[in-house]
Amino acid sequence: MPLMPVVLWTDALVFLLIALGLLFGLYAARHEHLRAPWRRVVQSRVGVAMLVVLSAYGMVGLLDTVHVRLKLDTPADSSAAPQYAPEILSLLDLALSGLRERQEKTYSAPFATHLFVKEAIEQPDGSVIRDFPRLEHGGSHLADPATQRGADILFTAMLGMLKGLVFWVLTAFAILWLIARRRGELMEQTWTAIRAGRTPIPWLTALSMLGLLLILGFVAGELAARYHILGTDKVGEDVFFQTLKSIRTGLLIGTLTTLVMLPAAILLGIAAGYFRGWVDDVIQYLYTTLNAIPGVLLIAAAILMLQVYMSNHAEDFTSLVERADLRLLFLCLILGVTSWTGLCRLLRGEALKLREVDYVQAASALGVGHATIIGRHILPNVMHIVLITLVLDFSGLVLAEAVLSYVNIGVDPTMNSWGNMINSARLELARDPVVWWSLTAAFVFMFTLVLAANLFADVVRDAFDPRLRGI
Amino acid sequence: MTAYILRRLLYAVPILIGVNLLTFVLFFVVNSPDDMARMHLGEKRVTEEAVQGWKAAHGYDRPLLYNAEASGMARLTETIFFEKSARLFAFQFGSSDDGRDIGYDISQRMWPSLAIAVPVLLVGLAFNISYALFIVFFRATYVDIGSVVLLVAMLSISSLFYIIGGQFLLSKVFHLAPISGYDTGLHAWKFLILPVIVGVIGGIGAGTRWYRTLFLEEVGKDYVRTARAKGLSERLVLFRHVLGNALIPILTGVVVVLPLLFMGSLITESFFGIPGLGSYTIDAISNQDFAIVRAMVFLGAVLYILGLILTDISYTLVDPRVRLQ
Repeated sequence: MPLMPVVLWTDALVFLLIALGLLFGLYAARHEHLRAPWRRVVQSRVGVAMLVVLSAYGMVGLLDTVHVRLKLDTPADSSAAPQYAPEILSLLDLALSGLRERQEKTYSAPFATHLFVKEAIEQPDGSVIRDFPRLEHGGSHLADPATQRGADILFTAMLGMLKGLVFWVLTAFAILWLIARRRGELMEQTWTAIRAGRTPIPWLTALSMLGLLLILGFVAGELAARYHILGTDKVGEDVFFQTLKSIRTGLLIGTLTTLVMLPAAILLGIAAGYFRGWVDDVIQYLYTTLNAIPGVLLIAAAILMLQVYMSNHAEDFTSLVERADLRLLFLCLILGVTSWTGLCRLLRGEALKLREVDYVQAASALGVGHATIIGRHILPNVMHIVLITLVLDFSGLVLAEAVLSYVNIGVDPTMNSWGNMINSARLELARDPVVWWSLTAAFVFMFTLVLAANLFADVVRDAFDPRLRGI
Repeated sequence: MTAYILRRLLYAVPILIGVNLLTFVLFFVVNSPDDMARMHLGEKRVTEEAVQGWKAAHGYDRPLLYNAEASGMARLTETIFFEKSARLFAFQFGSSDDGRDIGYDISQRMWPSLAIAVPVLLVGLAFNISYALFIVFFRATYVDIGSVVLLVAMLSISSLFYIIGGQFLLSKVFHLAPISGYDTGLHAWKFLILPVIVGVIGGIGAGTRWYRTLFLEEVGKDYVRTARAKGLSERLVLFRHVLGNALIPILTGVVVVLPLLFMGSLITESFFGIPGLGSYTIDAISNQDFAIVRAMVFLGAVLYILGLILTDISYTLVDPRVRLQ
């Protein structure tokens, strides 16, 4: 096998999260009362469209989560154990190896064929002039960029669009076939139903969104093979590649933090509300104390401590990737510590109400144990709160990452993240002419993700909140 | 009432002790003063004498909790815990790692922080409430839908972009205000315009959306129907009845953040070069000055608890149904 899989800490947690998600999905699929709110989510146009966008982000993030080490070339006849490269790469790195390896010297604008700064170039006749040199990779296939570039970009974009269209039609066809089979009708009938909006799930919205994303993706992919479509940064790295890599960081912060805080929040929140008395006092004291410390300062203090620890135990971290990964995990942990209190308080309030409900009183009178009552009667009835909080918190956490990285208490500076991109863009804006593309790229990708998450969260909240039902 | 406030203040003591213990554990147990000294002196090739010298100079050369060498009360007082953490209770913040008096710095830097935070709060409140009322007046029309979409979009933009965009547009392109900096006294106003505008715009998304939900909840209530039934105009209904009753949650929401205004905004102040407490904290974080971070954590906790108490009191003042016992 030419690859050796590497599982970083955060990777393992992501796989755990996916496994939990699948288990919950299977469980929910077999229980009507859990299925109903999800059905409401996918029946809303906004919900479906945003789900498509979020899954696209999720796919990129997932590809970037499977890490491997490549096998080094060894002489064919040697029987020695295979050697693996020390560098840890993800599947996304491998898929975009072209983008990753095509480095320029320094800044270049989007679609540029020349470097952004002047350099001394030696002419064929021996004289030296100062001019913008050609890029090593971006648009290097053009003989005369000044005249050919526009047409080439247009042509390549059209080609990408065509490929995207073909791919979309094929995908749509496959989806259509699946729906038709499930509904037990001809594909034409299904198609008319979808077009007329007579299917419960707004497939037309979903397919249009999918088409939009596929075409955009293919156009970008086709162009990115020849140009730096979002330019290059200070050390000549492709900005498009950086933003794609940043997706994983954003998603991880948004999801792992909640995963980390969930056990504590659920356990303590329900325990406080259910048992009351001194348990309640202790737990309330705990979360008031934690809440009293300004969140940013707690995170800063914890990250400072981690830095001290890391610099004193430098030998424990074999590679930069592992070091950055551990810092990310730690950041998720500490963000979890600062953010579980809100959910804990909500759950406490709900558990306080639920323990007085007739069926809980009846179960208690019949001698059912505390653990069973909590597991069977309380927990399922607060799950909607957990889910709503989880989805609502996501976008806030993605935004928080950018701010924290800006203050240097976020993810490792070597890690690709939107916060780090914005951080470096500050100096770029002060240049003249302005280097605007890093900032714009981070803005567009982050804004899309957060907007999609916000809109999706609203749909989920409306579908799950029992108070809003029937309105 | 007085008894209630007194009791709440007494409740605050264990919480502050908890905060103090937590920061103590974070700063001195997880990482020993030796670690800190090494980090300040540079990571490699630090002699033992240099470490001991740094510790002695900054007062970290004592035992953590119990000093066996001293006698009497000094066994407890001549320790790092007493010197560095317990003294915070008397608001004695000590001196920072570069020798400045933290208490003095805080009293100086509080005012620039307030000069930004108070206008942002007031202007933001006025704008958000008026916009929310405007949306509610046109509820269930295209104005409403369009505004909600706009608000969600504004909510999805990171505060960093508002600041960068504001600086770029207003200062660099249109030259309307200085990019950053601060001046003493009343001359500071021109440096305050940009941060205040950016702060207000950045808060519109979340604020207006929240007030809109509050107002919409009130609009559906019985007393509003009664008011309409007796023939009041929509304007009167909104301003006199809906706004009046929705002011209760708005007011208590504002009161809880009032004390925290002193802490300033970390990001805004460091971007605009305002010498307030927010940028003080940020500088301390990046210089790894633990003494300042510790003092700010304690101050933040005190102000938070103060906010909670003020909220409870304000409930009784605006809502006669609430009685404190």
